[in-house]
Amino acid sequence: MLMARLMEEKLASLYRSGGRIVGGVYSGKGQEAFSAALTIHLEFGRDIFAPLIRDQAGRLAFGESVMQSFQTHFGTVNGPMRGRDGNVHRGLPREGIPAMISHLGAQISVVSGMLMARQMQGKSGFVGATAIGDGATSTGAFHEGLNLAAIEKLPLVLAVANNQFAYSTPNERQFACRNLVDRAIGYGVVGHEVDATDLVACVRTFREAVANARSGGGPQMVVGNLLRLCGHGEHDDASYISDSAKQAHSGRDCIEVARTQIAEQGWMRETAFAEEEASCRKTIEECVDRASAESLPNPFTCDWSAISSDDLSDGENLKS
Amino acid sequence: MTYLEAIRDAQATVLRDDPSVFIYGQDVGVFGGPFKATKGLFDEYPGRVKDAPISEDAMVGLAVGAAIEGMRPIVEMQFADFSSVGFNQIINQAATLYWRTNTPCPITIRLPSGGTPGSGPFHSQSLEGLYSQFPGLVVVTPATVADAYHMLVEAVGLNDPVIFCEHKYLYYHLKSEELDSEVLPIGKARIVRSGTSATLVTYSAMLHECLAAARQLEVDGYSIEVVDLRSVKPIDTDTILASVARTGRLLAVGEAFPWGGSLF
Ligand SMILES: Cc1ncc(C[n+]2csc(CCOP(=O)(O)OP(=O)(O)O)c2C)c(N)n1
Repeated sequence: MLMARLMEEKLASLYRSGGRIVGGVYSGKGQEAFSAALTIHLEFGRDIFAPLIRDQAGRLAFGESVMQSFQTHFGTVNGPMRGRDGNVHRGLPREGIPAMISHLGAQISVVSGMLMARQMQGKSGFVGATAIGDGATSTGAFHEGLNLAAIEKLPLVLAVANNQFAYSTPNERQFACRNLVDRAIGYGVVGHEVDATDLVACVRTFREAVANARSGGGPQMVVGNLLRLCGHGEHDDASYISDSAKQAHSGRDCIEVARTQIAEQGWMRETAFAEEEASCRKTIEECVDRASAESLPNPFTCDWSAISSDDLSDGENLKS
Repeated sequence: MTYLEAIRDAQATVLRDDPSVFIYGQDVGVFGGPFKATKGLFDEYPGRVKDAPISEDAMVGLAVGAAIEGMRPIVEMQFADFSSVGFNQIINQAATLYWRTNTPCPITIRLPSGGTPGSGPFHSQSLEGLYSQFPGLVVVTPATVADAYHMLVEAVGLNDPVIFCEHKYLYYHLKSEELDSEVLPIGKARIVRSGTSATLVTYSAMLHECLAAARQLEVDGYSIEVVDLRSVKPIDTDTILASVARTGRLLAVGEAFPWGGSLF
């Protein structure tokens, strides 16, 4: 969580100072607890995690490296996207991290397909998780994907971060149901709701949801209530979010809440927070330096074909 | 054997030869598909011919996910026209996967295409022109029984997403006993009839109309060369240009809407 927050602060400052960042910067400020609490219950290599735009924390907790984020934001050839698609769109599909397309809602069915394939291959014990925002629950793809996962009783965990806004659009212009978690009944999936500013509650809820999915309980939909503590992207000042929303319980900063919880429980020494923060900052600076030294794709030598079968590329590969 | 039976048999062949192949579509299971293109396959290949909900977007998304995991799904759209509901997953998810992530996307999407009497505006579209606009997709349009069989087998074996446009008018009308006549790879056009006066470039059901026209024109003393493109993406420009170099005239004949389509 802390690493994700500090990485995104660094990315935001690099974005504002211009220069190295290719494309935009989208942060998960305020959503770190909800995102990480999901993926600490997943196992890299066995499970699937299809992150969305506010899942830096979940990515790290699942097993993505710090380097991969900076490589992608800097558009380097050594990053997972080889400089072809920036920032939050990165992934390593064959390692269980599908690379999101921008079109919201589209990853639910992709994860479902990965899960169904593994079942057909006779594998077992795996879970697939993906994340989505309140706005994206309005897409047809969300409905089609969740309904399909329910029909196939797939071990899917769907984390719905209700941060009250989709870009600038508030919940009341997005859906008319009382609570998004009520939708679970309609799909025939298990619904969970959690205060997503509360790390301990998030960990408990996801522990149960992931265990349910893993043991054959079918898709689980977890709705987390929180507030986006940043703009939609770094280009957005979020002036449309009212002070009363920020001061409400759901406007709490999950990292501050977690700090208090950890201190109260005596899980970490007071000084350990500062040590942790310093060590994260050091790693970030090292990664920024290393990624900055990497090169961008060469338009004249890279293979740009969108078709893998060489003889069928029909002029798509403009290299030669 | 009919064109439709060739499609059914090609699917039986790939299901038999490759355990990673499965079929996914509405009513394809016990029912055997609305056109019977999957007749009997549900029983012959248990667990590998699956009914899908009416969710074209999710059907294609699921196929892409399965492909990531090493499967080779065949998605049957009930009619080509309904693939518009899955358009996003086709052009943005499937078509870009290899370019973005270097992950192959071996999926075949079967589109029962084209006009038949009385089928109206929503059960008669030819969408090959539309799909051929997108990098990352292979778009094939078989015109013969043998091509329907061999190109479907080849399509399923490719590591790229293939839009397989099968013509509904040919389903029952077109019959042939010879499956093993000249087999050509996807991407290669066939000169079906040679001539000197003009070149007709066409594909799918229009091939047979062009051949009929060429026979009539022969009576009037014109010798017409007819080229069957077989696939509109890739398009075999070498064969087209060589033909036009000989005849000096070109007429492109297709059934898709003409604006911005695959022939213009
Ligand atoms: C299908 C689709 N339409 C529009 C967009 C543009 N868009 C990107 S993010 C966003 C808001 C998403 O809101 P939400 O799902 O609530 O997630 P959040 O950003 O709040 O985390 C929009 C409209 C998109 N990416 N996909």
